[in-house]
Amino acid sequence: MTIAEEELTEQRASVDRIKAPSRLRVVMGRLLRSGRGRTGSVLLALIFLLAFAGPYLTRWTYTAKDFTAFLAPPSTEHWWGTLQTGADVYAVTLRGTRRSLVVGLLAAVVGTALAAVVGAFAGYFGSWTDRSLTWVTDLLLVLPAFLILAIMSPLFAGGQWPMFVLVLALFLWMVTSKIVRSMTISLREREFIQAARFMGVPPTRIIFRHIIPNMSSLLVVDATLNVSAAILTETSLSYFGFGIQPPDVSLGSLIADGAQTALYAPWTFWFCAGLLIVTVLAVNLVGDSLRDAFDPTARRSG
Amino acid sequence: MAGFLARRLLNYLVLIVVATSLAYMLAASALDPRSNYEGRNPPIPPAVVDARLTDLNLNDRTPLFERYLTWAGALAHGDFGRTVAGGSVGDDLGRRIGVTLRLITVGLLVGSVTGVLVGAYAAVKQYGAFDRLSTALSFVVLAVPTVVLANILIIAAVRFNEAVGAQILLVSGEATPGLQGGFAAAGIDRIQHLLLPTLSLSLGLAAVYSRYQRNMMLDVLGADFIRTAMAKGLSRRAALTRHALRTALIPAVTYFAFTFGALLVGTTFTEKIFGWHGVGEQLVDSISTNDINTVAAISCFAALAVLLAALASDVLHAVLDPRVRVG
Repeated sequence: MTIAEEELTEQRASVDRIKAPSRLRVVMGRLLRSGRGRTGSVLLALIFLLAFAGPYLTRWTYTAKDFTAFLAPPSTEHWWGTLQTGADVYAVTLRGTRRSLVVGLLAAVVGTALAAVVGAFAGYFGSWTDRSLTWVTDLLLVLPAFLILAIMSPLFAGGQWPMFVLVLALFLWMVTSKIVRSMTISLREREFIQAARFMGVPPTRIIFRHIIPNMSSLLVVDATLNVSAAILTETSLSYFGFGIQPPDVSLGSLIADGAQTALYAPWTFWFCAGLLIVTVLAVNLVGDSLRDAFDPTARRSG
Repeated sequence: MAGFLARRLLNYLVLIVVATSLAYMLAASALDPRSNYEGRNPPIPPAVVDARLTDLNLNDRTPLFERYLTWAGALAHGDFGRTVAGGSVGDDLGRRIGVTLRLITVGLLVGSVTGVLVGAYAAVKQYGAFDRLSTALSFVVLAVPTVVLANILIIAAVRFNEAVGAQILLVSGEATPGLQGGFAAAGIDRIQHLLLPTLSLSLGLAAVYSRYQRNMMLDVLGADFIRTAMAKGLSRRAALTRHALRTALIPAVTYFAFTFGALLVGTTFTEKIFGWHGVGEQLVDSISTNDINTVAAISCFAALAVLLAALASDVLHAVLDPRVRVG
């Protein structure tokens, strides 16, 4: 080994020691240092744990009915009481939470991906592509989403909930895609995009390799906030019987049933409503502090 | 400005026509009015059902496009067709639109004004007790869906009435039918009915606006022109209201067009849960009864409302921002 090589390895070693932390670690660190982010993440983790591990703690399943206890208050047998049908509130609520979480997460991811692709294509290509895509965006903004989703509800019957997720996502992306479009228009003129273009990189590749990754912080925040929007839409639709169809349960359908008996059997309403509120609150808290964590100019306290 | 507005209007008109047609096509292919006549005892002969459905332009045996043309032809003369029960959709919705508009207008005014004021005040007193409280409250309110909020309000109202021992807060309908008494009694009765639906509609709106307005106001408060305004001798109050609030309102006004769609949906839930016989209630009911013509008419109304809101926000933008007026 020559001296030059030895020096090089030494330099490398010292560079390794002061290695810059990855962006992911920086953002996660900021997220967990802020009070809001910590509360939100912990709550969310607890809800996930409850929704996915909780059902194994009880011997009741969400389809089982206890014919010896109708509308019974919480006891050691039924932790959160029972419904009018004799179903265990703990079991059905966790099942509903699970369904709502999965639907919300998937719809948000699909919706944000759609927003990124449509916005980036409209902004990058301009002219006719832009005009037609913007027009479609405006059209979907004008169409009453709740009504369209409700009309299509017969399609979701018989366990077709992935279909429901897709249609839900179809009405989640418009506003974000407008933001992505205007950001793409300004990104398009930047040197690194121009360089890629002059080197002959095809446009689609530029969009997926250079433009969309440059907006990752916006998209991550948007996807998080879309989760709560999707959960709210899903529960509202299910409340009126247009979303998740029986025999499957969702928090929305549980709240609709519980609201009728809430006055004399509070446990039928407050457990599912409370869990829904806490879930949405946790997602919003995480989304809000993620936005701060991604923003290098944000004021950080503590 | 005039040319710009004319082009906007034309674009909006095309959007409404396409949106309504799309909604009609979707409704006509997804909903099944024939099922309304099934399972009756004694069973209705299929020929009778067919004749009735054809009469209402709802027969699924007629090709979709032919039904669409019949419907669009009638619509061009201002006729929205007939409901599954045989009544005129136009007359039915005409009655209901008044109810909905009353609820929306009051809810919108209360919600946006409260939200903007709370947000602006919170920004001025940043990190103060009021700011912290309003931020925490808006986070909680934003996490409560309208359907849950409405039900919580109803439960709270019933408990409140029990505690007071009188029917102070009324939770069903728009007015007490067959109420005795004069004009004052009727007015009080209406206010008692209006209170909770307005609250359920405007709380969420106020929360959204207060968050948004607070951020906008914070951006503006640090700007040079506010310091200049105070340096040239304006009082702090005048600088804040005349210069800061006005500038910070512009993005909120633009945002208004986006929230209006959500507001319509919120109205639907509020109407249905509080038993107001408005367009929103009809929307939920018409889908359950496979009423295609009503569904299409309501989507037309919703598209029109969203676009009117967009137009209103354009105009308000021009009023607040001189650059738009001149440029």
